[in-house]
Amino acid sequence: MAIPKVCGIETEYGIQVVGGDPNPIAASSVLINAYARDVARQQTGWDFEDEAPGNDARGFAREGSMPPMVETHLVNTVLTNGSRYYVDHAHPEFSSPECRDALEAVRFDRAGEQIVIRSMEAADLAVHDGSHLVVYKNNSDGKGNSYGCHENYLMDRDTPFSRVVQGITPHFVTRQLFCGSGKVGSETSVHEPGAVDYQLSQRAEFFEEQVGLETTLKRPIVNTRDEPHADSRRYRRLHVIVGDANLAEVSTFLKVGTTALVLAMIEDDVTGSRNLSLADPVRAIHAVAVDRTFGQLLQMADGSTATALAIQWELYSLARKYSDDRGLECLGAEHVGTAVLDRWEQVLNGLETDPMTLARQVDWVAKLQLLEAYRDRHGLGWDDPRLAAVDLQYHDLRPSRSLFARLDTERLVDQASVDAAVTDPPRDTRAWFRGECLKRWPGSVATANWDSLVFDLGSDPLRRVPMMDPLKGTAEHVEALLDSCSTPAELVDRLSG
Amino acid sequence: MAERELKKKQATERTDEAVEDVPATSATGEKLKAELDDLLDEIDEVLEDNAEEFVRNYVQKGGE
Repeated sequence: MAIPKVCGIETEYGIQVVGGDPNPIAASSVLINAYARDVARQQTGWDFEDEAPGNDARGFAREGSMPPMVETHLVNTVLTNGSRYYVDHAHPEFSSPECRDALEAVRFDRAGEQIVIRSMEAADLAVHDGSHLVVYKNNSDGKGNSYGCHENYLMDRDTPFSRVVQGITPHFVTRQLFCGSGKVGSETSVHEPGAVDYQLSQRAEFFEEQVGLETTLKRPIVNTRDEPHADSRRYRRLHVIVGDANLAEVSTFLKVGTTALVLAMIEDDVTGSRNLSLADPVRAIHAVAVDRTFGQLLQMADGSTATALAIQWELYSLARKYSDDRGLECLGAEHVGTAVLDRWEQVLNGLETDPMTLARQVDWVAKLQLLEAYRDRHGLGWDDPRLAAVDLQYHDLRPSRSLFARLDTERLVDQASVDAAVTDPPRDTRAWFRGECLKRWPGSVATANWDSLVFDLGSDPLRRVPMMDPLKGTAEHVEALLDSCSTPAELVDRLSG
Repeated sequence: MAERELKKKQATERTDEAVEDVPATSATGEKLKAELDDLLDEIDEVLEDNAEEFVRNYVQKGGE
C-alpha cells in the first residue's frame, strides 16, 4: 500500500523595495527580521545539520551538475506553526510545515501569505526612511528571471526512482491546465518574441530537461534532489520544482491533491492500458502552456498522439478506479481524497466545455478573465504595458493593492482556520512537536530543523531530539506527554529515558 | 474508457440543465458583468500609475 502522502509547499516570493535600497537580500532580511522580532517574537534559528541538497535520488551526481549552496549566514527562523521562514538567495521563502493532506497544505499556504502580509506591515513600521517593501507571490519578473514554488511529498524508499520519473512526468507536463497561474507574453528563447499573448503557466517555459539535480539552471521537470529529512532507509521525499505559486485555493488544492494521488498510484504500481509517456516532455510542457484551445496534439513515446486534456482524463479515470479498488487513505482524511477526485473531475469537465466557467477556481482563468475585461474596456493590444501591470499586480500581496484579493474566488478554508495556522502547527504530523515545543519553551529550543530539535537546557551540553518519522510527534502521540512536563529538561529526560 | 464517456455524458447533462434555465442564466450573466464592471473601476483606481515604468522596474534575481 502507498504510504501517507505527507506534503508541504515551499514558496519563494518576489520582493521589491519602493523608495529605498533595492538590494533584495537586505530587503528579505528586513522583512523576515521584522516579523520574527516584532510579530512572532521568535528567534529560534535553523539547524543545518541535515542539509545535503547535492544528494541525487538516482544515486549519483551527473558530471557538471550544480547542486545549490547552503547559505547559513542569512536570516533563518523556525515559527511556532512548524514552518521555516528565511532568506533563500535573494528571496523571502516560506516553507510550510509537514501537512497530512492537500487541504492542510492549502491552509498553511494561506497562512504563509498572512505571515508575509504581517511582515510587510511590521517592516514598514521598522524602517524610517519612507521606503516600502512589496512582496509578490508569483514566479518570474517577466524578464527571464524565475524563482520557485516547490512542493514535497513523502514517498516509500522502495519505489524505484525510475518508475517515479516515468509515472509522474505526464502529470507534471499537463497539470498546468488547472494549476498554472497564467502569464502575459513570454520571456525565454523557447518562444519567438511577441508570438505568445498569454500562457497558462508562469514557470513552464523555464524547464529545459526531463530529469536532473539543478534547480536554478537547466531546470528539470523531475528534480532528483534526495533529501528525505527523515529515515532515509524507509523514505524519500520527492522535491517538485515544476509548479507555479498559486493564489486560487482550488488550484493549490488540486496541484497538491492530484500529485499526491498520482504518486500513490506509482507506489502501488497501478498503470492503465495506455502508456502515457511523452516522446519529448520538455517540448510538450512548453506547448501545453501556450495552447488555450486544448487541441494541441502531443507526440507520445509509443508513436500515438494525445492532447493534454486527454492525458489528464486518463490519469483521472485511473485514479477514480484506484480509489474504488483500494480507497484513498494515503491522501489523509476520507473527505479530502473524495474532494480531490470530485474537484479534479469538475475542472476537467469545465476545461472541456468552457474554461471561463472556472474563473473562480483556477488562477490562469481568473487572471485571463480580468485581462480580457480590462483589454475590452480600454481597447488594448496584448503588448500594452498595462496588461503586464495587471498581471504583476494580480500577485501583489498587499491587501490595498492585490488584484487577486478583489476577485470572488472560491475559498476552501475559512479565515479563522488560516489565522490559527499562522501560529499553530498541524496536529497530525511531527510539525506539531516542533511547533509546540517552540511555543511552550521558546528560550530552550536552541535550533530546529525538519528532523530534529536541539534543546539548550542551561548547564548540560545541547541535547538533540531526533524526529526521523514525519508521522510521529503528532498531537495524538505526544500532547499528553508535553502537558505532563513542566520543564523542557523533564521532557528531554523522559524522551531519552 | 467507459468511465470517461460517463463523465462526459454527465458534463453534457449539466450543460442541458443550464440551457433550460435561460432567464436565470442571463440574469446571473448580467450580475457577473456588473460585478466585473465594478471591479474594473476599482482596478483603474489601484493599478500602479505608470504601468510601463512599474513593470520595467520589477526585476528579480533568479532563485531556488
